[in-house]
Amino acid sequence: MENRGSEHGKLWLWLDERIGLKDIEKLAKKKEIPVHRHSIWYYFGGMTLFLFIIQVLSGILLLLYYRPSATEAYESIQFLMTEVQFGWLIRSIHAWSANLMIVAMFIHLFSALLLKAYRSPRELTWLSGGGLMGLSLAFGFTGYLLPWNELSFFATRVGTEIPGVLPVIGSFTRRFLRGGNDVTGATLTRFYGIHVAILPAIVTIVLGLHLFLVQKHGMSRPPSAEREGEPKRVMPFMPNFLLRDLVGWLCALGVLAALAAYYPAELGKKADPFQPAPIGIKPEWYFMAMFQTLKLIPSHILGIEGELLGVLGFGAVGAVLILMPFVDRRAAAGKPSRFPAVFGIALILYSILLTYLGYTMSPTK
Amino acid sequence: MIRAISRGFLWLGIAVILFLPVPAIGQQQVENCVACHQSLPDERLAGPAKLFSGDIHAVKGFGCVSCHGGDASDTEMSAMNPAKGYVGKPTGTKIVDVCGRCHSDARFMRQYNPSLRVDQVTEYYASVHGRRLKEQKDSKVATCANCHKAHSIKPPGDPRSSVHPLHVADTCGSCHANAEYMAPYKIPTDQLANYKKSVHWRMMANKGDLSAPTCNDCHGNHGAAPPGISWVGNVCGQCHAVNGELFSKSRHSQVFVQMGIPGCATCHDNHQILETSDELIGSREKAICTRCHTAEDRGGKSAAAMRAMIDSLRQEYDKAHSILLKAGHAGMEVSQPEFDLNEAKTALVKARAAIHAFSVVTLKKEIDPGLQVSAKAYAGGLKALEELGFRRKWLAVSAIIILALIVGLVLKIRQMESAQKSSEKEEV
Amino acid sequence: MAEGMLKQFIDRRNFLNWFLGSTAGAFVLSVLYPLSRYLTPPPVAESTARSVTLSLKPKEVKANSGQIFRFGSQPGILVNTPAGELKAFSAACTHLACIVQYRSDLSEIWCACHNGHFDLNGKNIAGPPPKPLEEYAVNVSGDQIVVSKKV
Repeated sequence: MENRGSEHGKLWLWLDERIGLKDIEKLAKKKEIPVHRHSIWYYFGGMTLFLFIIQVLSGILLLLYYRPSATEAYESIQFLMTEVQFGWLIRSIHAWSANLMIVAMFIHLFSALLLKAYRSPRELTWLSGGGLMGLSLAFGFTGYLLPWNELSFFATRVGTEIPGVLPVIGSFTRRFLRGGNDVTGATLTRFYGIHVAILPAIVTIVLGLHLFLVQKHGMSRPPSAEREGEPKRVMPFMPNFLLRDLVGWLCALGVLAALAAYYPAELGKKADPFQPAPIGIKPEWYFMAMFQTLKLIPSHILGIEGELLGVLGFGAVGAVLILMPFVDRRAAAGKPSRFPAVFGIALILYSILLTYLGYTMSPTK
Repeated sequence: MIRAISRGFLWLGIAVILFLPVPAIGQQQVENCVACHQSLPDERLAGPAKLFSGDIHAVKGFGCVSCHGGDASDTEMSAMNPAKGYVGKPTGTKIVDVCGRCHSDARFMRQYNPSLRVDQVTEYYASVHGRRLKEQKDSKVATCANCHKAHSIKPPGDPRSSVHPLHVADTCGSCHANAEYMAPYKIPTDQLANYKKSVHWRMMANKGDLSAPTCNDCHGNHGAAPPGISWVGNVCGQCHAVNGELFSKSRHSQVFVQMGIPGCATCHDNHQILETSDELIGSREKAICTRCHTAEDRGGKSAAAMRAMIDSLRQEYDKAHSILLKAGHAGMEVSQPEFDLNEAKTALVKARAAIHAFSVVTLKKEIDPGLQVSAKAYAGGLKALEELGFRRKWLAVSAIIILALIVGLVLKIRQMESAQKSSEKEEV
Repeated sequence: MAEGMLKQFIDRRNFLNWFLGSTAGAFVLSVLYPLSRYLTPPPVAESTARSVTLSLKPKEVKANSGQIFRFGSQPGILVNTPAGELKAFSAACTHLACIVQYRSDLSEIWCACHNGHFDLNGKNIAGPPPKPLEEYAVNVSGDQIVVSKKV
């Protein structure tokens, strides 16, 4: 019989009397991770969280030197990269970690989809996850404008034009996003406020809900693992899974450092709103598939504007994805269902193909 | 008593009206002439009457009678009485006399605009127009009324004036660009067209620089005449002082005088002065030097050498500029080399002016410092790009630490789990 | 024998713990070092795009003299007029961007490339320059001269 009391030092005991660390420890030691063929996908939620924390920390550091006005933004980043010690490193890490976080997020999303983790009682977890996906993309879109260089200015102009095709609410939405009729310093300040205050506040709530629900329901077993006979293998979260998580996080950190060193973030040319757009303006890669889809849609289909149909199409696909727990009736009834897998794989293949086309097709076509 | 006083006031009032000061009478003058003339069917008679109210002379209080003579108070045809000084429509030297009567009188002009010159008539009779009018009685030449459109004369500063800098060329061109009108004089009529292609005209019309030269700046306004061969350089050198001075000291200046060709205009044209480029010098086809020099003679060889030097400085400057741009866009601090590179730009501009000395030695003095500065700036750009690479090596250190930590963790996991397994086995 | 293996096992565990501890320490240092350098304000506190502090001291600039200084990547000229007033202008001539200089014999700013003249208000008064030189605001605070772009 082990004497638990001697495992903890005086400080731990002092804090426990005031915070109740023992209860937290009991909960943590109880948490178990199922071990099966598809266990590897469990790591990607934590990876996304880790990269998000990196974003928050590097973002806070950037806040100390960045200035959100059209006349000073570019110069403040130039100052950051040339005069501030390791400013180039913090900026490159923030830029690359954003990309890696979105990769991890998509892997996490598609693995949860294909392993049917959205089934009851985890419908709310899936919905809050969908919300987090939208919030991450919003983070990426608003943050991209902040350096106020040529690429980001024109990408934002194209990107904020697209909601304008929606009927009734289109032009108001566009004006609301831009802070005016065109992309100006007002847009920059607005995006800055959204990026550093509004989105973090919303994410805190939604992420808190998401993590609470994950703790409450534990990790979902995919249908193939459920069909396994007894005994069902598990691994304790503390310390086994956590240490493995740490190994993954350190690998991510190493990759991040290498990317920051070999492909540092460029400063580019300062945005000049009165210049015509340079040829081949592209959005960031995570918007590329949607962007290329809109470019390839014919201008009118059955009398309706092509772009409008495209945007509505994205909305429909997004709705099916987010409402999957309710769309997949068969899985809800406990029966095997092929629809989510087919849907998910089709979506993955389509996105990869369109992203590839976006980078290879000639811009003047 | 009251009736006497009021009658007194009545006569006082009549006397005041009768002896009103001159401008009032001037108003009277204009009103009388204009009243008839503006309703006449013949536009030659009605036109001036309608235009005159916008004329500077009308504004200052002068009337028709001031130039044409006659009786201002008469409202009938009898107003146009030679006995009362009426001269009708003056022509030829008469026009010069009418205008000069006031405009050459310093005391008179002082009342209206003390800064106006009063020697225009003297200048005019020194000009080609004046001399032909006086000596050959040539009635086709320009007089005061032709350039300063009579009856709608405005000061040169007024943008509507026919002698405002933007309109001078068209005013001169109204005769000089008219081939039919100028036929008897056997001089070219392409000056206006050529001038409109020039950089001087474009500076004025498109860039709004009113200090750029137009016809009167090189030819004089009232004393207009083409500059003589020997003093073209002096005229251009008024503004282009450095080039003019270098040229006058060069071997070309004496040679051109001997050949009887004008200095600057020989290479740069007189009216169609285009923007210069480095292509003007050298021994290849587009260069102006080839008009006289072949590639093998001494002049041609010098020209080729000078062109090569200018080209090399320009290329070195461009090379440094583009590497600094690349480093700057990558996010490196390159403001010091960029600042230094400004000196190379200055050297290039000075070199292009120094060409007018037509000496390889003189040119080299401007080119060499420029090449040095460009090389230094280029080295600064290279260093900045290298620093970009140096950061990678620092990251290698932290990568090794991360790798070591990963290895340690993996080993720890394996060790821990084998201990857990063996303790489980023991319990069984 | 079991005791020997146990001892080896314990030794290996101790070595691993030590190894893990020291690499973790090195890792923490490799994060804290750049972090602390980043948080420390750099010697040049602000971007030089809009304002710059000169290395010249006010007393070094004599009346009726001028000196070239660096404003970011562009040349500037600091002039002390004969009346004793400090003024600063862009030193890029508005004609073809040659670097201008101060002529104490003329009390004017002059460009050697094509004989352009600017008066002490920066106005172009003779020669080819089409526009005046951009004027900067000069502020003397104690022993420092700060030149900044006029808004």
